Amino acid sequence: MKKVLGILILLIVVCIVTAISNENFFSAYNMQNVIRLTSLFGIISIGVAFVIISGGIDLSIGSVICLVGSLLPFLLVEKGFSITTALLLVSTISIAIGLFHGLLITKLKLQPFVVTLCGLLIYRGIARGITQDETQGFGTTYAGLRYLAIGKIDLPFIEGFKLPVPFLIMLGLALVAAFFLNKTIFGRYLKAIGNNEVAARYSGIKTDRVVIMAYVICSFLAGVGGVLFALDINSVQPEGIGNFYELYAIAAAVLGGCSIRGGEGSILGVIIGAALMRVLRNSITMLGIPSQLEFAIIGVVILIGVITDELVKSYAQKRRALQQAKQTSG
Amino acid sequence: MNKNDSASPAVLLEVRQVTKQFPGVKALNQVSLTLNQGEALAVIGENGAGKSTLMKILAGVQTPDSGSLIIDGKTVSISTVEEALTFGIALIHQELNLSENLDIAANIFLGREPNSWGIINRTQTYIESEKLLKRVGLNLSPQTLVGLLTVGQQQMVEIAKALSINARILIMDEPTSSLSLHESEALFAVIRELKAQGVSIIYISHRLGEVNELADRVVVLRDGENAGDLDRASISHDQMVQMMVGRNVSQFFPHTSHQPGEVVLEVKNLRTPVNPNHQINFSLKKNEVVGIAGLVGAGRTELMQVLFGIDTPRDGAIYVNGQEIHIHSPKDAIRAGLALVPEDRKLQGLILEMAVRENMSLASVSRDQKPLGIINFAQERNLTKEMISAMKIKTPNDRQIIQFLSGGNQQKVVLGKWLAMSPAVLLLDEPTRGVDVGAKEEIYHLMVELASKGMAILFVSSDLEEILGISDRVLVMHEGKLTGELSREEMSEESIMQLATGQIREPVKT
Repeated sequence: MKKVLGILILLIVVCIVTAISNENFFSAYNMQNVIRLTSLFGIISIGVAFVIISGGIDLSIGSVICLVGSLLPFLLVEKGFSITTALLLVSTISIAIGLFHGLLITKLKLQPFVVTLCGLLIYRGIARGITQDETQGFGTTYAGLRYLAIGKIDLPFIEGFKLPVPFLIMLGLALVAAFFLNKTIFGRYLKAIGNNEVAARYSGIKTDRVVIMAYVICSFLAGVGGVLFALDINSVQPEGIGNFYELYAIAAAVLGGCSIRGGEGSILGVIIGAALMRVLRNSITMLGIPSQLEFAIIGVVILIGVITDELVKSYAQKRRALQQAKQTSG
Repeated sequence: MNKNDSASPAVLLEVRQVTKQFPGVKALNQVSLTLNQGEALAVIGENGAGKSTLMKILAGVQTPDSGSLIIDGKTVSISTVEEALTFGIALIHQELNLSENLDIAANIFLGREPNSWGIINRTQTYIESEKLLKRVGLNLSPQTLVGLLTVGQQQMVEIAKALSINARILIMDEPTSSLSLHESEALFAVIRELKAQGVSIIYISHRLGEVNELADRVVVLRDGENAGDLDRASISHDQMVQMMVGRNVSQFFPHTSHQPGEVVLEVKNLRTPVNPNHQINFSLKKNEVVGIAGLVGAGRTELMQVLFGIDTPRDGAIYVNGQEIHIHSPKDAIRAGLALVPEDRKLQGLILEMAVRENMSLASVSRDQKPLGIINFAQERNLTKEMISAMKIKTPNDRQIIQFLSGGNQQKVVLGKWLAMSPAVLLLDEPTRGVDVGAKEEIYHLMVELASKGMAILFVSSDLEEILGISDRVLVMHEGKLTGELSREEMSEESIMQLATGQIREPVKT
């Protein structure tokens, strides 16, 4: 909890500042939008958090989203697959991609950065090739399926505000992820490997399996994200969908306390990180800041967050070391 | 400190009441020493006694928290290596710092190349190097690549390098730890020659025989404090050990002989990937504590790693309790009842950023898991609590991040991690490296106690005292080969060193 406190405060501050300048920020419509998008980005950020905690990185997320997001409407609409078959197929593809990454990284000892960078190029290329770069969509059909991404649920007692369905999906996935990370030996091993893979191996941990699992989780959640993004926007352009999403996801994970050196991270932190990313974008519109500055502002805020975090951490460590010294000499 | 002031010919360096504190440990507490011109001063002490810290302070690698350094009667402050060099102090590390891809001359003048406009004047470096090599008795062309030299020759290059900056005080940290007997002799000859030229030498060593042979005076450190000085006349092996350990050695090493039980571990014709030319055969019995001695690079760690599945053997067979086992990973080794306390605690033994509790359970957490792979937290807490009290681990609580514990307490956690698995065979690689004297003694007692309860213990150590102190039997290795086996009655510093340096005699079969 302590670790996510800083970013939570930052999120609240940004919300308050925006709300003061523009009363529409807290309107039901805007909140529903922010929450829906936070949920979609939260899902892919949880995935990459697993990889980052293992000490790796995944740059291919945006392209996995593109591949899955283009294939789903392509299979359903153009090829006439049933919903079950199509979903099963895209899930299998995303899991296979993670398995492929994990095997290359553990068995061939390739660098995660390089493997997933190649993935970034390959999967988008495949998607654009299959679809001939044509925009894919569901039109007015598949309303039931699209409910997963754009559906809203009435909440008792709160007038006007409806809870976006993706929020529930994210909540479920986040709970499972947090459970995995904190309560199971898989999570324990993952953190151990992220901190010191050699010592983990010397303790009898099959480190390869754990690392492969992390990449599979990451790609699978990117696939889930791809399905939901496609259902959300309805007109999928293979050239553009998911561009830079890996960077948003990584930024959210890092903001949420995942060390890029591996070994630590919390799911709650990652969700708050994803929320901060979305709220920032929203605030820029709400505050009337020229949208050309969007990236610059997001970059600066993230940098400030990370710097503050590092300073607080090194201060705490110094104090702790000093206390230790006192204890042993006293 | 003041006892010899009047008698000393010329005090070159004086260290006065230097204190240095690290997180979690007071490395030096009010330590003093003097060094005379042209003297070979040996600094001895157990691992963790503060020798290396003191030397690093002299060489400007670290700065003291308090105390003063006096050179030629003037108080000086040394805060960088460059400053130490201007005072003529050079440190030769235990691990040599040479660039193997450069030739001797380039190494000697590295960073100080004579040049005009950035272009190195090679001829000058070769001429100068030749003179320096002569001083250290190295009969080689300065154009020889350092990578082609033996460790002993590389050490001479290091000394030549120190001389090239007119070092008056040469600090050597365990210079013979990786030298053959012959190379050591050559080094001693050079040291004597340098002494005659007026260079003072501070010599750190664990090898008391050498100290006896070489030193004019001995300063003993224990637990970061002065434990006494010995002048030439009073240097003796027993005196030194007594001062280092602070008590009678026989109490420090708790050896008790047990009737060995049946064979637990048997290794037949094992060839390690690092030393594939030698086949290793030995066996280990229940209730036995067996030491593996040898110099650095003898292949002892490699043997341990093959036994534990870190490396895979070229061929040969390993039997545990009479059954052949195939070990491809540490997991296989653990399943067969083996456990390894590795050589490098921080790199291989611990997850430094994790808590005591999480480190303690790292090996057993998967065995104790509940359905769905859920961690058995209650079991984990109990285990940690048990181990903390059984091994007297000093930690505020079991959630303490382990990097903040002292080396000895960290090592106990590594041990605890494996004891939780109740292994049949406990392998330990340098179990007391970087461990303070108190914890060391506790670890020895623990090893002996475990053996008495039926565990078979095989440990690698470079500390001969330790090998002699607690082993029932010792295996000696030299350059990848098992050169001999000595029973408790046969083992002595001399008999082990003979085998460890490759002066083969027929292995004695028991």
